[in-house]
Amino acid sequence: MSKAMSLISELAYAGQRPKDSILKAMNETGKKSVGCFPIYTPEELIYAAEMLPVGMWGGQTVGTLADRYLQGFCCSIMKANTEQALLGQYDFLSAVIVTAYCDTLKCMIENWKIASPQLNLIPMVYPQNRKIPAGKEYLRDEFLRVKKELERISGKKITDQEIQKSVDLYDEYRRTMQEFSDLVKDYPDMLKAKTRHLILKASYFMDKRIYTEKVRELILELSKLPRENAFGRKKIILSGLIAEPDGILDIMTENGMVVVADDLAHGARQFRTIAPDTGDGLNRMVERVAMQDGCAFLYDEKKTRAAMLIQMKEKYQADAVIVCQMKFCDPEEFDYPIIKKELEGAGIPSLYIEIEQQMDSLEQLRTRIQSFSEMLA
Amino acid sequence: MEHQKTSKQLLGELLDKHYADALHAKAEGKPVAWSTSIAPQELLETMGIHAVYPENHAAAIGARKHAQEFINHSEGKGYSVDICSYARVNLAYMDIQQCEAANIPLPDLIFCCNNICNTVIKWYENIAKELNVPMILFDPPFNHEYEISDQNVKYIKAQILHAITRLEEITGQKFDYDRFREVMKISSETSRWWKKASLLACAKPSPLNGFELFNYMAIIVCMRGTKEGLELFKLWHDELQEKKEKGVGPWKDGEEKYRVMWDGIACWPYLGDTYKVLKKYGINMVTSTYPDSWYIVYDENDLDGMARAYSSNYVNRNLAFGTDNIIGIVKDFQLDGIIYHSNRSCKLMDFRQFEVQRKVEASTGVSSVIFDGDQTDPRAFSLAQFETRIQALVEMMEAKKRMGGAFYE
Repeated sequence: MSKAMSLISELAYAGQRPKDSILKAMNETGKKSVGCFPIYTPEELIYAAEMLPVGMWGGQTVGTLADRYLQGFCCSIMKANTEQALLGQYDFLSAVIVTAYCDTLKCMIENWKIASPQLNLIPMVYPQNRKIPAGKEYLRDEFLRVKKELERISGKKITDQEIQKSVDLYDEYRRTMQEFSDLVKDYPDMLKAKTRHLILKASYFMDKRIYTEKVRELILELSKLPRENAFGRKKIILSGLIAEPDGILDIMTENGMVVVADDLAHGARQFRTIAPDTGDGLNRMVERVAMQDGCAFLYDEKKTRAAMLIQMKEKYQADAVIVCQMKFCDPEEFDYPIIKKELEGAGIPSLYIEIEQQMDSLEQLRTRIQSFSEMLA
Repeated sequence: MEHQKTSKQLLGELLDKHYADALHAKAEGKPVAWSTSIAPQELLETMGIHAVYPENHAAAIGARKHAQEFINHSEGKGYSVDICSYARVNLAYMDIQQCEAANIPLPDLIFCCNNICNTVIKWYENIAKELNVPMILFDPPFNHEYEISDQNVKYIKAQILHAITRLEEITGQKFDYDRFREVMKISSETSRWWKKASLLACAKPSPLNGFELFNYMAIIVCMRGTKEGLELFKLWHDELQEKKEKGVGPWKDGEEKYRVMWDGIACWPYLGDTYKVLKKYGINMVTSTYPDSWYIVYDENDLDGMARAYSSNYVNRNLAFGTDNIIGIVKDFQLDGIIYHSNRSCKLMDFRQFEVQRKVEASTGVSSVIFDGDQTDPRAFSLAQFETRIQALVEMMEAKKRMGGAFYE
């Protein structure tokens, strides 16, 4: 196996086994871990506190425990998280940060205080008016409040210098991911849609420094290899919350599609904006949030997401956009009609697929993806 | 013969006037804003900008049974059946611009306050985008702590000041702080009388048939900052006070056997049907979470107080506050039961309901049921199922009465 292939398998394996990967990372680094709910959390502060930020984006757990708190029309990621918490599967975490980007998340904060008091819940609210001075000040205050909580949990003071270093690391991680993501189009066989997804997903369960080094190494190894023949493949941009169940990605591959870029909350939205180099670490974090646009969870008066997708289509010479709509995710559901209208206006083909994270059968989606692929051919 | 009008007549006239004035303003080229229901309308009133309220308008469309055609239109544009039905109705109205129930002019400005939910941010963003009009957002952070923190107040106050600057830019007019002070005073006063009137339902029997709250609510939403609104609630109060003194109950043709609270928004397309089912069993819905939602009271010229007041409505508060709030209502109104509306449109209200229900019951022993419905989507409600739930509630309330009532009594 080539060095590149072995790195790919290693990362994809880590992405496929969240809990094992986190426990391994904790074991290797001796660090505690802190759970991070969707969509964005101040991971830089957790890292600066010498703890591991780990992602909590649902899972394949289905059960009835969460029904004690949530009606059936709740997003499947939040149901899975709650089920897993009630099963005690998160008890190895030292704390959990839950944000309030949407109405469901606000309720998660409240239910989890009661359902899982052992998890040291740290609620956090990102300002929606994040571009105005008052919003920036508020976000800085929130970061300082969360920092204090993290210090209490880790038993260690976080210095300004440590934050600065952590933000530097996250910049490096984000740049690396952008570079990696851009390489996929040249290696469509090695970096099939699901493999790409699992490699990105691994970032949530590993130490960010180690993860970034591995991806860096992978980029280097790939650059030594000749580009793969991508002739006849359909270049796809994914948009939405998350492309899970990942079986849908296999279906895309089976139908000759390559994911050349994404606008997924779970994917590129985590790394497409780099912190500006102004002020202290906290300030850089605040400014980064202010700069980020085109996300359903961040107020955007100009509603630039569709325009951004159109630009991405040009940049990556993509053939189409597939919108992965997580059922019951309001913010994403509200963005879709505008995206649909603007993509249609620009003559860009798009496919809307409604998914639940733990859906049993993908057969209907298979038919739709197949027909869409044929239409693109 | 002005003085002989009943509050009900006045209510109808004011609502007609509210809609007519907005259409008139638009026709004259004056700016019109679309605003969320618990937004700092004081700023718009001060600037002389006519505000109309899409939630209120969507409810009116629903109540007059026109929602479905609008919902179909929105769903045809790609809006999911799972999003708020007010939004689906309003986003369609934006295109269709015609409804027998009531008409509103299109906005020149979007005025959005997410103290009621984050859904309104997404909904209003889309209006602003589609109509290419400016949007002002007030973002009172969700209060996960019991009290409203100074950090939150500071942020909200700064947003009020920021909004004033933006309104000045948009209209090209200076903000009149003397007028602002007057509007602040009227708005708080209207809120006080709204609550004072609704609290008269604490009397046994209640002089108020609580479904009237749903009607009067239109004015606390649309005309809170006006003298006419204030006068209406004073008049309503006096009428109820008189009924209370005479010991008159909610209905001429029936006795109030059970007193309940309605948690959540009404099912507008079935307002009459749900009312009739309750009345049939002698259930008076004496209150809901509405009286407190528009109790937005602060001292004039106190921007900190104003910021705090706009962050205080119960859906923007934590579960412990929400629970204590309902426990207080159970005691103050001597309730026999609670009807929780699990409303497909409102995830923020729904996803805390199960735990709130358990906590309220543990603390007060009050009987309760949850029913499935929707505020304006007629497809998401079944009258037969509703009645079955109500029958179950009656059995529970009856059993409890035989055992001597809830704990709190």
